[in-house]
Amino acid sequence: MLTSILIILFLAVIIGLVLGFSSVQFKVKGDPIIEKIDSILPQTQCGQCNYPGCKPYATAIAKGEADINQCPPGGEAGVRALAELMGVEYKPLNESHGTTKPKAIAFIDEDTCIGCTLCIQACPVDAILGAAKQMHTIIEKECTGCELCLPPCPVDCITMESIEENAENWKWKYPVYSISTSKTKVNH
Amino acid sequence: MFNQQSPFVQKAPTVTLVMMLVMFALLPGVLAYIFFFGIGVLLNLTIAIITALISEYFVLKIRNLPVKLFITDGSAVVAASLLALSIPSIAPWWIIVIGTLFTIIIAKHFYGGLGSNLFNPAMVGYAVLLISFPAVMTKWPLPASHLLDFNIAQQIQIFFYGTKEIIDSVSSATPLDYIKTQIFLGKPFDLNFTNGMPINSYFNASIIISLSFLLGGVFMWSKKIITWHLPVTFLLSLALISAIFWLIDSSQYLSPFIHLFSGGTLLCAFFIITDPVSGPTTPKGKIFFAFGVALLVYLIRVFGGYPEGIAFAVIFMNICVPLIDSLTQPKVFGHE
Amino acid sequence: MKLLDKIFKFNGGIQTNPKKDISTKNSIKCLPIPSELRLPLRQHIGNMPKLKVKVGDQVLKGELIAEADGNISAAIHAPTSGKIKSVEKLLIPHPSGLPDFCVTLIPDNKDQWIKKAPVNWKKLGIEKTIKLLLNSGIVGLGGAAFPSHLKLGNNRNSPINTLIINAAECEPYITCDDMLMRERGNDLIKGIKLVQSLLGAKQTIIGIEDNKPEAYKIISDLIIKESSVHIKVVPTIYPSGDAKRLIFLINGIKISKEKRSSEYGIQMFNVATIVAIYRFIVHGEASLSRIVTITGNIKEPRNYEVLFGTPLQSLIQDTGGQKIRNNTFIMGGPMMGFKLPSIDVSVTKTMNCVISAEPEMIEAKKEPLPCIRCAKCAEACPVLLQPQELFWFSKSDQFEKAQNYNLFDCIECGCCSYVCPSNIPLVQFYRYAKSEIIAQSIAKEEADIARERNDFRILRLEREKKERAERNAQRKAENTSEEKSKLIEEKRAEIAAAMNRIKDNEKIK
Repeated sequence: MLTSILIILFLAVIIGLVLGFSSVQFKVKGDPIIEKIDSILPQTQCGQCNYPGCKPYATAIAKGEADINQCPPGGEAGVRALAELMGVEYKPLNESHGTTKPKAIAFIDEDTCIGCTLCIQACPVDAILGAAKQMHTIIEKECTGCELCLPPCPVDCITMESIEENAENWKWKYPVYSISTSKTKVNH
Repeated sequence: MFNQQSPFVQKAPTVTLVMMLVMFALLPGVLAYIFFFGIGVLLNLTIAIITALISEYFVLKIRNLPVKLFITDGSAVVAASLLALSIPSIAPWWIIVIGTLFTIIIAKHFYGGLGSNLFNPAMVGYAVLLISFPAVMTKWPLPASHLLDFNIAQQIQIFFYGTKEIIDSVSSATPLDYIKTQIFLGKPFDLNFTNGMPINSYFNASIIISLSFLLGGVFMWSKKIITWHLPVTFLLSLALISAIFWLIDSSQYLSPFIHLFSGGTLLCAFFIITDPVSGPTTPKGKIFFAFGVALLVYLIRVFGGYPEGIAFAVIFMNICVPLIDSLTQPKVFGHE
Repeated sequence: MKLLDKIFKFNGGIQTNPKKDISTKNSIKCLPIPSELRLPLRQHIGNMPKLKVKVGDQVLKGELIAEADGNISAAIHAPTSGKIKSVEKLLIPHPSGLPDFCVTLIPDNKDQWIKKAPVNWKKLGIEKTIKLLLNSGIVGLGGAAFPSHLKLGNNRNSPINTLIINAAECEPYITCDDMLMRERGNDLIKGIKLVQSLLGAKQTIIGIEDNKPEAYKIISDLIIKESSVHIKVVPTIYPSGDAKRLIFLINGIKISKEKRSSEYGIQMFNVATIVAIYRFIVHGEASLSRIVTITGNIKEPRNYEVLFGTPLQSLIQDTGGQKIRNNTFIMGGPMMGFKLPSIDVSVTKTMNCVISAEPEMIEAKKEPLPCIRCAKCAEACPVLLQPQELFWFSKSDQFEKAQNYNLFDCIECGCCSYVCPSNIPLVQFYRYAKSEIIAQSIAKEEADIARERNDFRILRLEREKKERAERNAQRKAENTSEEKSKLIEEKRAEIAAAMNRIKDNEKIK
């Protein structure tokens, strides 16, 4: 009886020492989970999740203040990836934050633009080129389609143009055939 | 129909054709079986196939799948036939019906249907029957040297109205069973006519039936339905393992020849472990799988509680298949 | 040569019905100049070339229409003399059916050549020759369309010692290389010797399949006197014409996807590409035409020498049209080709064959069954992949796992789909998965850039805020003590002066 208690005690002490040592030796600086969540988010910086950017939203998810289904540009695939990372169950996108739209790029109508720089200040990735009283233009490659430049414009000269499929960005489609045992495809 | 892209030509046998070829390959063995053990086998096969098709029809309807497409692929027929060939020919009708229902509905469709079953369906059905009805499942009839030795009417009667007493009167334990019991009791056994146990005639029947299945297996190999890896490795491993033990003590252990030609060894080697869905897909994996099955079959036969260990050996190795597959991936061209 | 006698066999591959003699009964026919030429700008791997002409320009045969943009690009030349009618998006021979930029040329039927400038490469040296080849328009004419000048440069770190000529043509139906060897063998041998010297290779091995006995005889007769050029016959198994497979068949070296054959001292060219290089260097003729096989369900199948940009309609008309009308044409071979969106496309550098679809190619295929794990696809795969695993991962969008199982090593040869008993369109799944993975990695790159820009913007705003705060604080600090008391003093002085002025005024009154 005594020997068994002593053995268990001894094992507990050894394991406790190993754990304590590891927690000190292998301590990770900072909180890597925020970076991991941020790398899943699409970096549109649109604020539809009710946070001022993707990093604040990632921080909120890590703290448990925000749900994982608040990002429309990330789409269903993004929610699933977040669910897997955070170890929670998948839930469909929260419609109150918006719907997933195909990628679009802003376009400034140069005839109407008055050079007020309000849109330049609004753009979260500095994708608008221009200065006061000078023509403004969108740098196509940098625009994330967040639509934050549309509300500030006093003359409503900015429109969103969706990117059409062309010979450069065309992709092969998922082969569809009429067998109903195909597992449901994840919609991108 | 789908938007077809390349390749625009194809030369492949359909799943239905493959299954029909397997049934054709089973034919010599089935005929030999009927010759030695009576038409009970035929009755079992017929009821098995009918039950399989009817149950599959209903399950497909419930699952909302295209019925015609799946019922004609022949996989249910093959699974049911293999089960029918594994059980004693004088088993009553409800044995094969329960076994087939289990095979088709639970072992095949509950796991996802064609292509998704984790375990060999026929073996699952057999294992369930063996564990649930051990008495009936271990009563095999005595072999005859002539088909007409059997009383067909009696066979049919046993099939449909079989009671324990009637079955007892026409059956006996199989040779493996008998020998195992003798070893357990510490009594010597003689491979000749001993204690009213016509072992010789049993073995004659076994050898001819096994050779017929071998013929069918070689036919399947020539038609490229199976590769050599699984049957050859299984038979060689079983022979090797049994030879080692036999050389150590030939009075306790049976010779490799007996192990290879008794029970369902050759049926297993060519038809049961070669089930593509539950087996491994890589060539090296097939060798490991077949070796594992052979080892387990031998251990269960000699040291285990059942006289025939094929079903459990196959089911156990089926669990290991995903691991075997992932560990035996061949090196891609140029990546060596 | 010992290597020539050794037989290597790659795993897998399939035996197909070659169907080659349909189109080898007649010799190569030169198609007359059509009424209109439509030249897509994107006919090769790499950047789209830069347009050098505009609408209305008169061009001569062989004149540069678009010059190569950067090193990984190729030029487009006018296949005949005429006038540029338009530059617009037109239908191109691509599986997507989407339009792309094309230059339309109306020939003036004078067929006037620009001044031809043969290249004296021995005098110019390799570097300058390759710069000239950059704008020769020559790309791999076996179907890959990789700019050839990139393969001709010799790298001091990995010198080329063996040149391999791909004369295998393993896909069924295609016979353009076969006929080229039969009828233009002389040009081919001269081209081989030229390219061998350009590369500095010690020897050349021509790899040919055993279903081309006539071409083999002609070529081996021509190279009897050449001590460094050899020919090796390989068995007819599809896909023996794939570059890395052919290299293995010839000298037993297995090259993986990531490595290039030049790292092993081997360079490979298609026979048609060799002839094109020869004609450019020795005769000064840019790449303006190619041989196309028109075969299948067609009244008079044969090979044609066609100018690039020729409307496919005129080619099909010349053959007499389809035997059984179904308006379906496949570009490439039946194993790796694709259905053309319409007959309203033009001949490009990648168009080696157009098959008028036979009924068995387009009949309603049986519905695919679930995968039964028979692994026949794995047996047939020439790259030793596990197609069934790749299929399960591609189907369920597990792209990372698919990449772990070497999805990108797949050459999309179609052997797996050819043997699948369940009739599953396996190659389609791999193409889908590869497209998605590439699109995802592009999206990830763009997301990373967007993140950086956003972080920088936040930093910039903070920095501006800080600077503004500092400036305000400084101004506030300066406005106390000295400055302030000085101001007050001045103000007081002014008030006192004003008061004095008033007092004085009153005194005077």
